[in-house]
Amino acid sequence: MATATQFRTCPTTGLRVDLKAENLIKANAVAAVIFLAVGGFFGLLVGLTRWPAVHLLPADWFYLALTAHGLDVLIVWIIFFEMAILYFASAILLNSRLAGPRWAWLGFGLMVVGAVVVNIAVLQGGSTVMFTSYVPMKAAPHFYLGIILFAVGALIGCFVFFGTLVVAKEERTYQGSIPLVTFGALTAAIIAVFTIASGAIILIPTLLWSMGLISHIDSLMYKTIWWAMGHSSQQVNVSAHVAVWYAIAAIVLGARTLSEKVSRTAFLLYILFLQLASAHHLLVEPGISSEWKIFNTSYAMYLAVLGSMIHGMTVPGSIEAAQRHRGLNRGLFEWLRKAPWGNPAFSGMFLSLIMFGFIGGISGVVMGTEQLNIIMHNTLYTPGHFHGTVVAGTTLAFMAITYLIIPLIFRRELVMKKIAQWQPYVFSIGVAGLSLFMMGAGTLGVSRRHWDMTFADAALKFDYPEAAFLMMGLNGLSAILAALGGIMYIAVVVGSVLFGKRTTEQSLPKLNVIASYGSADSVKVPGTVVMVAVFFTAFVLYYFINWKYLSEIWPLS
Amino acid sequence: MAVVPPTERIWWKERIAKVEIMWVAIAFLWGLVMFFMMIYWHGAGKQNISNEAYRTDPAVFAQKAQAMAEQYKVREEAGIPVVHPPPGSDVYLIARLWQWWPILELEKDKAYRLHLMSMDWQHGFSAQPVNLNLQIHPNYDMVLTVTPDQAGEFGIICNEYCGIGHHTMVGRLYVKE
Repeated sequence: MATATQFRTCPTTGLRVDLKAENLIKANAVAAVIFLAVGGFFGLLVGLTRWPAVHLLPADWFYLALTAHGLDVLIVWIIFFEMAILYFASAILLNSRLAGPRWAWLGFGLMVVGAVVVNIAVLQGGSTVMFTSYVPMKAAPHFYLGIILFAVGALIGCFVFFGTLVVAKEERTYQGSIPLVTFGALTAAIIAVFTIASGAIILIPTLLWSMGLISHIDSLMYKTIWWAMGHSSQQVNVSAHVAVWYAIAAIVLGARTLSEKVSRTAFLLYILFLQLASAHHLLVEPGISSEWKIFNTSYAMYLAVLGSMIHGMTVPGSIEAAQRHRGLNRGLFEWLRKAPWGNPAFSGMFLSLIMFGFIGGISGVVMGTEQLNIIMHNTLYTPGHFHGTVVAGTTLAFMAITYLIIPLIFRRELVMKKIAQWQPYVFSIGVAGLSLFMMGAGTLGVSRRHWDMTFADAALKFDYPEAAFLMMGLNGLSAILAALGGIMYIAVVVGSVLFGKRTTEQSLPKLNVIASYGSADSVKVPGTVVMVAVFFTAFVLYYFINWKYLSEIWPLS
Repeated sequence: MAVVPPTERIWWKERIAKVEIMWVAIAFLWGLVMFFMMIYWHGAGKQNISNEAYRTDPAVFAQKAQAMAEQYKVREEAGIPVVHPPPGSDVYLIARLWQWWPILELEKDKAYRLHLMSMDWQHGFSAQPVNLNLQIHPNYDMVLTVTPDQAGEFGIICNEYCGIGHHTMVGRLYVKE
């Protein structure tokens, strides 16, 4: 096998690139971007329908578009892209051939078929059950089948990744331990296996139930196990996009992490504790004990949150240390001011880091607090939160690294460089608006997954406050801005891949590796310390403000 | 460099910068504060979910709600009975496609044992503008002791997607001085 593998040498990194791995990375990235376009389009329709003054779609189409939006972006776009990241972090970074490229193509094929089947099921109209497909609401059998096929394909991809780690170790293609980015990808892949196993445990019986072969599926059990898949898959995303943050900081700025030990331990905390998060969706559910809820929702005393808070410091810390090492030493923030803000890979990565922490991270911990969930569950606060994590965090980070994948893997120069430069900013403002305005509307009680906040067709009336309507209007405007950012991204990617100039050795980015910052005692990152202090203050204040809100609602026991 | 193997082969023995250790310690302690806050609220706070629930047949639950509605009905609105059960009693609220039944009329600052259950799919109980949200399942009779401490007219919105009529599923709740 090994002799049949063809390599090229990357002029930027000097690494051997397995051409089969390269083709797989391309295929997965292209599939990802196609489904991002489809899912993003449905998302825009949803945002415009929830804008009361526009109210674009009729009810049945709204719920259908919302189901398709969730599936296409939250599952299909992200997981296709994660497959590309897994192959990149294994074969490419380890200087190795990819294990079992045919298996990888089989996995890719299954994922494509699964994604197409589930989209057909949704568009046929008989499976408007939302992304979560809570029983006893029933979808057509091929809805579940599509997801299962997609998941099996992704599982094969994970095992190709594990196999490549073994091959690289056996064939000694690298020295010492695997790189941190590969370590992060390994974290993602391990959680993915748990995720997909949970998905199989619940979706296979549900498929049989929708075919009439099983008579009953308990709704509470379904939710518990479904979210062992549903939430864990978001933890796959977190691990993957944190790995991407480290990768971009390394490739663009030559940054190395402050301490391998701390950063790797933070990833390890993800593996050990993130899977408990199914509880986040069960906090106001009947018949589950508070002991279970508290232990699980806090990832056993917030140990996975600890992991994210560590990365939240070590990623900007490594950037600051690298910049200061280059002599950008004046004041607290010269290193940040003079960062390459015109490089969309860097700006996208840094905006992703900030928004994931401040918007997605804080709101997630607050909403995942047992009692605080009472004032947020199933309101628009929930999608507000996860647009802060999955869109502002994961999607933006993946967009950012695309600007490196195009020259390094597709070997094309970016077209429309100006548009590429602006893209992360436009998308970020849109997504930040989406998240914050939805959270605002949710705080005012507006329901998620709801076609008509005026309740025009209801027998009994209820009026939300005026401010809630304002929030939803601003949310609609933000959706347009985010969609514009998405279109800019897709235009640059498609344009570059199809029409970009071939890269030459001169046009490729140069790696500017910083081997070390000196000893542990000499590391100075005062700017990062200030940023972390601001984050921590915001976190603590916002956390206790919500307890204050909770204390004002009706007593319950 | 995060994209190449660590420079120190034995990376798990490397020394850690003080600033990192500090942050890890602060973040860990903050996690403990947040963890114990939930437990503290079970003792000191007034808003906790009992987690009391019973597996029940929808027909049995509907019968109980029917009996309560017949006994304590005071009037009707939009064809739905308005029910004023005595304080301290067991009150039943049915969630079904696409209705909350009946309309409850409660007294301010009085405690009630509120039973919630779905007759069909999952629903979301969202009392507005209080912003009190609970998930309602079929086959599970969820019981909470609730003490409304504001008088007025409240909406009960369904906030779990339950099909094409989801957005018409609005109920009402009165709290009298």
